[in-house]
Amino acid sequence: MILTFLVQPVLAEEWEDQQFFGSATSQKTLRILSNTDTRFFAPIIESFLKSQPSVSVKYLVTGSAELYDIFRTSPEDFDVVISSAMDLQFKLVNDGYALALGDLEHPDWAQWRESLFAFSTEPATIVINREAFEGVPTPSSRQDLIKALRQRPETFQGRVGTYDVRHSGLGYFFATQDARASETYWRLTEVFGSLGVRLYCCSGDMIDDLVSGKIAVAYNVLGSYALGREDAQSQIKVILPSNFPTKMMRSAFVSTNTRLPDVAGTFIKHLTGIQADISKAATFPLPPLDRTVEPAISLDPALMTYLDRLKRRTFIQEWESAIIQ
Amino acid sequence: MIEGVKISGSLRNRLTVSLIGGAAVLALLMYFIVRAYATQIAQQGQDNILGASVNSILDAANVSEGFIDVDFPYASFSMLGTDTDDRVFYAIYQDDELLSGYDGLAQIFPEVDKGSAYGNTTFKGAPVRLASASRMLVGADLRVQLTVTVAQTQDSLLGALNRIGRNVAIFGAGFFLLVVILAFWATSTAIGPLAQLTTSVARRGPQDLSPVASPVPREMAPLVFSLNKLMARLEYSLSRSEDFIAEAAHRVRTPLATVRSHAEATLLRVDKEENRQAMRSMIRAIDESSRAAGQLLDHAMITFRADNLDQKNIDLVELVQDLAMRLSPIAEMRDIELQLDALGPVSVIGDAILLQNAIRNLVDNALKYAPSESIVRLVVATTPKPSISVVDEGAGFPVGEINLLPDRFARGSNSGGIIGSGLGLTIAQEVAEAHGGGLTLNNHSRGGACVTFSF
Repeated sequence: MILTFLVQPVLAEEWEDQQFFGSATSQKTLRILSNTDTRFFAPIIESFLKSQPSVSVKYLVTGSAELYDIFRTSPEDFDVVISSAMDLQFKLVNDGYALALGDLEHPDWAQWRESLFAFSTEPATIVINREAFEGVPTPSSRQDLIKALRQRPETFQGRVGTYDVRHSGLGYFFATQDARASETYWRLTEVFGSLGVRLYCCSGDMIDDLVSGKIAVAYNVLGSYALGREDAQSQIKVILPSNFPTKMMRSAFVSTNTRLPDVAGTFIKHLTGIQADISKAATFPLPPLDRTVEPAISLDPALMTYLDRLKRRTFIQEWESAIIQ
Repeated sequence: MIEGVKISGSLRNRLTVSLIGGAAVLALLMYFIVRAYATQIAQQGQDNILGASVNSILDAANVSEGFIDVDFPYASFSMLGTDTDDRVFYAIYQDDELLSGYDGLAQIFPEVDKGSAYGNTTFKGAPVRLASASRMLVGADLRVQLTVTVAQTQDSLLGALNRIGRNVAIFGAGFFLLVVILAFWATSTAIGPLAQLTTSVARRGPQDLSPVASPVPREMAPLVFSLNKLMARLEYSLSRSEDFIAEAAHRVRTPLATVRSHAEATLLRVDKEENRQAMRSMIRAIDESSRAAGQLLDHAMITFRADNLDQKNIDLVELVQDLAMRLSPIAEMRDIELQLDALGPVSVIGDAILLQNAIRNLVDNALKYAPSESIVRLVVATTPKPSISVVDEGAGFPVGEINLLPDRFARGSNSGGIIGSGLGLTIAQEVAEAHGGGLTLNNHSRGGACVTFSF
């Protein structure tokens, strides 16, 4: 028992998913550490391998917070790091874990130090189970949602879901950005708390429970994931909050410890080349980088604010006191 | 023009080089000073932002329920965003213990509540600028010193400095180029009067020893003063020697006249043919000496008068007529007809005495070299320039010597047996030059010499 406990965390990482692309006999294997579901990345990796036949790709998926810890513990084990948690990605780059790619054309606001490249714009959305809102108007903003939840507490008791910000990097990022933008977030959180909110690690699980009807409302779900579940669109509805939508940019960088800097650089170039071009990106499942407006949450040092130990402690304390009642 | 002058360096080069050298030094100095100044200002800018960031974090600190809480605003870090995406590090210390932020970030512990302290260090392999400030926090049963340090890499600063440096370098180079152009201009301007003086001295006639009259810059005054003095001395010694010659000629001529009259008297008294022959030779020699002395006198007079021309309006035709009349006895003795060709009065400005002397010498020559029963024509013309030509029907000038004849004491190879000093043409030429004209010698196509005295 003790042995297992000692050995297990070191040897076997609990990957959410683990996929190998390309020929097993190829000389070069690009190791991508990502928090993005494989189905979103598989087409991009496959198109990349078409132009790089001698390369294979190992795609490892884990949660955004774990990804951060795993990468910091063994940065030499990965060539490319992809995550939706902008703050954590930013911190890794700020701390010197990313290789600068000098020859990459990318909008200035979508990159940092020529190292971190944002390649998608994805909003946090409210997703509802259509059944639960039958006969009543669907909420279009956070205030609407608060009102709807308060009007029918019996319907929503125990049927509201959101990220557990203590364990999800992306959930924490969305929550802190929400809180920064408006006090409404705290009111909403208190309402969630009063309704016995269910806490999730990932968008995927929340969507599963929405589809099954286990929960009626999920807050801060990745719109791209919800819309990506084409089979479930009759059960669920994705709502983009009309006031201050929180939009995240998924980002990637090449590890300074990579053994394949050229291949990794080419991969980032391939990825950004697709995602920064709306017509190209349309043929891939991942939402493109929205180049029409500069993002409200930009790639700048302020992203590290809520990663501060004291700030995080304070935020979590407040969140817990609001949500756990 | 400057053969035989020893050259050591060049004023122009020395001036240009020192001006350009000075400009180069100034340009470099400007570059370094402005760069240093820009560095200071840019660093000041970065320090201000770092200081503001540190203070915004410190201000957010409070003690609640025995805990230190530092709920600093989003702006604390967002204000640190730069064009070049500089990395940001920070650390929050409670007394000596790291509360939050990056471990190992060099700490400066400034005095409490005494503003921010700044410094440079290296963190995570990058040179960073850091700002630190401290604050005393007092709670119910707690009294701690909170120190906040914020550090930032200096890519943006270096980028700005490089840009400024490049611009300053361009300005410096422009300034330098401008000064180089100015240096060349200033040098030419400064050297200009020297070149003017050179030209004015070089252009002078051989006789002109007058002092330099045009104004010169103060610095050149001693040189010009010395030059003037030198020329005055030269003129003095020249006139002394002319005076001496004139005096000598005069002194010789009078006794010669006495000797000649004695010789003539003696000639009448001797009967022996060989003695008479000897006497004639003697008289002839005396004549030659006397004539030479006369011409030396004339020449000395001309040299003197040429420098101080007695300018008057003169009718050349009248002058030549007058002369022809006076010389007609000699012409008649030799059966030569003097013929004046003139259409009307030709008036010129000149010194009558000198002109008379010069023309008489020319006519004298013609009378000496022309054969008997021939015509010597005196042609006064107005075009292209006023001139007097003396044309004879003699043998003409010896070809090949024609250019040498006006030299002092030069005589043609065909002059054997004819009395002459070799000064006649010299005198005529000097008079012509004193009047701004010249003397042209050539042989007539039908034989005979033609001397043209032109103004």
